[in-house]
Amino acid sequence: MKHVQGWLLLLPAAVLLVAFTHYPAAATLYDSFFSTGTAVRPSRFVGLANYGALGDDPVFWQVLRNNAVFALATIPTSMALAMTMAAWVNGKLPARALVRLSYFTPTVLPMIAVANLWLFFYSPQIGLLDKVTGAFGAPSHNWLGDPHTVMACLAVMTVWKEAGFFMIFYLAALQSLPPELGEAARIEGASRWYFFRRVTFPLLMPTTLFVLVNATLNSFKLVDHLFILTKGGPDNASNLLLYYIYQVAFSFFDTAYAATLTVVLLALLAGLAIVQFQLVERRVHYR
Amino acid sequence: MRSILAIAAAALIGLVAPTVRADTELTFYYPIAVGGPLTKVIDGLAAEFEKQNPGVKVHPIYAGNYDDARIKALAALKAGQPAQLSVLFSIDLYELLEQDVIVPWDEVASTADDKAWLQSFYPALMANGTYKGRVYGIPFQRSTIVLYWNKDAFKEAGLDPERPPANWDEMRTMARKLVKKDANGNVARWGVEVPSTGYAYWMFQAFARENGQDLMNRDGNKTNYDNPDVVAALQYWRDLGARDKVMPEGTVEWGTLRQAFTEGKTAMMWHTTGNLTAVKDTAKFPFGVAMLPASKQRGSPTGGGNFYLFKKTTPEERKAALAFVKFMTTPERAAEWSIATGYVGTRPDAYETPKLKEYAASFPQAVVARDQFKYATPELSTFQTGRVRKLLDDAIQASLTGQKSPADALKAAQAEADRLLKPYR
Repeated sequence: MKHVQGWLLLLPAAVLLVAFTHYPAAATLYDSFFSTGTAVRPSRFVGLANYGALGDDPVFWQVLRNNAVFALATIPTSMALAMTMAAWVNGKLPARALVRLSYFTPTVLPMIAVANLWLFFYSPQIGLLDKVTGAFGAPSHNWLGDPHTVMACLAVMTVWKEAGFFMIFYLAALQSLPPELGEAARIEGASRWYFFRRVTFPLLMPTTLFVLVNATLNSFKLVDHLFILTKGGPDNASNLLLYYIYQVAFSFFDTAYAATLTVVLLALLAGLAIVQFQLVERRVHYR
Repeated sequence: MRSILAIAAAALIGLVAPTVRADTELTFYYPIAVGGPLTKVIDGLAAEFEKQNPGVKVHPIYAGNYDDARIKALAALKAGQPAQLSVLFSIDLYELLEQDVIVPWDEVASTADDKAWLQSFYPALMANGTYKGRVYGIPFQRSTIVLYWNKDAFKEAGLDPERPPANWDEMRTMARKLVKKDANGNVARWGVEVPSTGYAYWMFQAFARENGQDLMNRDGNKTNYDNPDVVAALQYWRDLGARDKVMPEGTVEWGTLRQAFTEGKTAMMWHTTGNLTAVKDTAKFPFGVAMLPASKQRGSPTGGGNFYLFKKTTPEERKAALAFVKFMTTPERAAEWSIATGYVGTRPDAYETPKLKEYAASFPQAVVARDQFKYATPELSTFQTGRVRKLLDDAIQASLTGQKSPADALKAAQAEADRLLKPYR
């Protein structure tokens, strides 16, 4: 009888999870084995044909590469920046609340608004970036229109947007560290860098793991800015997996192929999360 | 027993009667963000129509952009919710046909008066709505591409400020004179800019048409991407940036180009007529609007939204829908709509109305689009239209950024388009 009560307590959350997470995931997997149906050509079972098409789709491989580059460019930078900013605003400095707030502001803004702002930063000639480089005599550059610079532009904007968010977690973690540790280290004569490396950093590891998982997820999930900034262009140079899924589903109406891509994305994210938990967990000291 | 029957009968009649007397309801999907100024215009028009046609109720449903409106209307149809009528992207025709959700207007428009009405629009605007001789789309909010030029910049460069370039060579030589460099040798003003993000295929259709080619056939199952004249058109576009240095190299952003023009950073731009009112309001210099320059001929694609009639409708609903669309497209309303939005008047007699005549007299830039209709070509639309269009977008961007030569890029796009369209031939 006790079991029944337990299950009943679980029920509301379980219903929501099943209805909006597990069922759609399973349905997506199921749909990926069928062709896209229209009134004229009904959907039929095609086995792994959609996955075969994936292998032959050059855009798929390109967006996968782009996503890897985007993740590698944004995750370490935004985390390092977040930790540095947190360490700084955790200390005693004038107008501390104001500094904290100003670091956090980009996080509060909606991504679409941010992208609209940065669109004008990056636009050639009239943009802020070009005005600054122009002041030093550099020629105008077409930042978003050049396949060599477009990814870097998106990465910089994303780091700017994300770092403040991660800073909040580090700041909370820093404030929960017992002050005795710092006092003890001072008595022992440890340098600040030594203290950070051997005490603070290891104690921050649970937060680092949490932030890492979030940053990784975000590097795949955040695509709002592409709608405004580049639409994945020029020639897919800035296209990311999730935006490509959107294009396939809602511009090409190829729901079956979009389902296939979604399965790949889900598998990728699940795989990454497992690896992160297993690898990093060994080095995390929970208190 | 009899009394019970009588009561039951009365109850039944009571139940049935309201549905018999009920109004014909038209649910009408319209692609615009809720709360914009245009929703008030549409609401007003719907109310006016209801007043003139007692017994018909119009429910406009505002649904974001063209993509959102299509997704919502199709989802409503799938779920069995009422949807009789919608303004959707003119190039969604083949997709809607493939989903088998629309019926041709000429099936409903049967009287002589109705048939004359179907003939009253610009033929260039009907092309995107016609398939195998049947009319599926009635033009409503339609646009086209024109050339905007900065008269002050022309004067400064020693050019006649009242004479825009008439052909490709002229545009190139004029643009060369219009490029202005600062003390460091950096470009302060470009000669001409053509946007190549978002709607690259649309801009390119103008180049291709001017060079004598359409990019697809009328059955929507064959593209013409690798034709030598089409390749030459892309080469010209690429050269403006890469060789002649009169346009920024790489892609030019659609969204910021208008501001670049109004701030004098480019002396000419190609852009949609939909920007006309905004440029008029923000440019601090006299500007002109001209037809796009010719190569072998003039040319520009049309764009925008058409009225479609959905299949799941009763005869009464179809009749009411026809009456509503006829009401929305009278010459007077087409004229008012054009003035309010910058979209083109959809029929010649709209330009004969006193209102639009008066507007054109004070702002002659407004009628350039109309004059260009003679040379218009329908917007790129085929079966599998999203993919086929993106192939072209990618090919254009790959050549503009120098990743591929125009010939290679277009050849690859054509091969892939052939593969996609083969089942439809």
